[in-house]
Amino acid sequence: MSPIAIIALIIGIPSLLLLAYVFARGSTGLRRYILTRIALTLPMIFILATMVFFILRILPGDPVTSALGPKGTPEMIQHIRATLGLNDPLIVQYGRFLWNMVTLRFGNSLVGGHRPIIDEMSERFPATLELIIPASILALLIGVYGGALAASKRKKTLDYSLRVYSVVIYSLPIFWFGLLLQLFFGVRLGWLPISGRIDAIIGTQLKTVTNIYSLDALLSGNWPAFFSVLEHLVLPTITLGLILSGVFLRMTRINVIETMQADFIGAARARGIRERILIYGHALKNAMIPVITLIGLQVAILLAGAVLTETVFSWPGMGSYLVERISARDYTAVQSVITVFAILVALISLAVDVIYSLVDPRVRY
Amino acid sequence: MPDDILYSIRNLTVEYKTRAGAVRAVDDVSLDIRRGEILGLVGESGCGKSTLGKALMRLHDGPASITGGELVFDGRNLMNLSLREMPDIRGAEIGMVFQDPMTSLNPVQRILDHLTETIQTHEPETSIATARTRADELVERLGIRHERLKEYPHQMSGGMRQRVMISLALALRAKLVIADEPTTSLDVIVEAKFLDLLKELQKEFGLTILLITHNIGVVAEVADRVAVMYAAKMVEVGTVQDVFADAKHPYTQGLLKSVPNIKLDSGDLYKMGGQPPSLLHPPSGCRFHPRCPFVMDICSVQEPAFEPVIGDHLASCWLYQKAVAEKTTGKQEIRHG
Repeated sequence: MSPIAIIALIIGIPSLLLLAYVFARGSTGLRRYILTRIALTLPMIFILATMVFFILRILPGDPVTSALGPKGTPEMIQHIRATLGLNDPLIVQYGRFLWNMVTLRFGNSLVGGHRPIIDEMSERFPATLELIIPASILALLIGVYGGALAASKRKKTLDYSLRVYSVVIYSLPIFWFGLLLQLFFGVRLGWLPISGRIDAIIGTQLKTVTNIYSLDALLSGNWPAFFSVLEHLVLPTITLGLILSGVFLRMTRINVIETMQADFIGAARARGIRERILIYGHALKNAMIPVITLIGLQVAILLAGAVLTETVFSWPGMGSYLVERISARDYTAVQSVITVFAILVALISLAVDVIYSLVDPRVRY
Repeated sequence: MPDDILYSIRNLTVEYKTRAGAVRAVDDVSLDIRRGEILGLVGESGCGKSTLGKALMRLHDGPASITGGELVFDGRNLMNLSLREMPDIRGAEIGMVFQDPMTSLNPVQRILDHLTETIQTHEPETSIATARTRADELVERLGIRHERLKEYPHQMSGGMRQRVMISLALALRAKLVIADEPTTSLDVIVEAKFLDLLKELQKEFGLTILLITHNIGVVAEVADRVAVMYAAKMVEVGTVQDVFADAKHPYTQGLLKSVPNIKLDSGDLYKMGGQPPSLLHPPSGCRFHPRCPFVMDICSVQEPAFEPVIGDHLASCWLYQKAVAEKTTGKQEIRHG
């Protein structure tokens, strides 16, 4: 079984269980809502894929000239174009592309060894997951707890510091912040590796199943590999996680402050509930409702951030893959990556909406 | 302090800090709440009655603070407790029912969890099962089927939510329940039922209730005694019979005259002249003097004392302090001469 199939199962089974749970427990309205959302998502992905297909063809340069460079003779170029199917009419290429998407085969790469895109993605996609999952968790932890903390210390030094932090961190360019961390922790202090996913020598001994290295290392009980993976994860995770945490912090803070003025908080205070519980129990849970919506909206930004982070840290994930293949004009690869990103964004925002209905009992679709 | 007094408020002053200066929303107010009574506290909007109610639990937010006075509850001066100790009193010994039951319950918390959380906050040793049983019994007593405790606030009607609020105030057998405009957002039929329930509970649990309202009709219906506030000051306190039959303070008299009568036999409804004063710059002397039909020279100069007129019936008005009035007027003239 290919790594990507295993990952699809790992993510897919719990999501299907969640969906089945919501479906069974939710109202008919919620069921209809989920089905409508899925039905609306498909044309959205189709339109996006079509746009990517044509934009790539408008871009100057093509895979063959960028692979051969100035050395290519016209005969060579013609020959390669013909074998790659680039001489076919655009509409035929478009039809072939759509068919590859529908069957989820994605086709073969136009550069290098012409490997199937699905194989390349099954190496790259797990790397991106390994980066964005801890980064999102870090962003949420800092954002939600920092926001609640700032709200509870409103107009005090800690509040002002956290607000300055959130603005500064949000406006830092990822590549610059990443470079700073590399320089300081990697070069100056020499504590942490600055590129790659795993130590090269240890990596050769890691048996990969899912291609999520930390998971593979755990499954095979390979502790040196596990720690090497963690070590490599620290800087990219901090880069991406901290930068995303700023928005969450501001959003949580303002919502907690707003909720703390609500009548029901005053009523709970009049029942002797302590301030700590008022903030972290009552207010935070209510304040999370708009923050959850924000999480859905941030997924696209998370993926865009992953592209930059991966480039800075030579992290062999989907993001750096996308950047490489754009410069190589590898049409098939770029189309496939963007389509997969689109599917990911659509699925996560659907999941967020479903979670929203679980958190807020008043929401009825 | 006599044993029959549950809460003795002495010279309480609450100030709001504003950009324009300090505003006294409660100014030197003294009031006794007797054990087992329903005391109605009436006054116009903005006269400080809700601020007084909150101050009784030392609940005030941001710009407000108690700047003077004593709050002797059940033999203990609450002003001597630290603010960290106050949550032990709130909910356990003094319960509060708020104006708007639609917004006073946490929208993402089940009704049951409101109750068990309150019980366990004050009695950490109580098991969740016991707390649940107690919650069930309590709400059944108030006429809510206990199965409905599983619901969220938005699934209940306004009257039902207000009964939930009462059950929260009663969950720990609070000695005093402060009800701040509890029926304002309910329709008249639900209001009548709610007031009946309040009376029943008072008898059954030996409750003491401070009923804050702007609706003097509600007070007539349920209260034993009534206290009238005007512009941050207490102007009259007495039994419902005394005050309604023979109001002493001109403000109370005006208030009673402006209650609509169902028979409509008195022609046009009485409207009191003038506006309630700004608390930022209150009138000198008696605060009611600019609107008072019986205004005398002394009224704008000096504030009348709040003292008994006959027996338990207290008022702060120069009309009943004639002897004193003449004497002070005399003094005033000497000073001027």
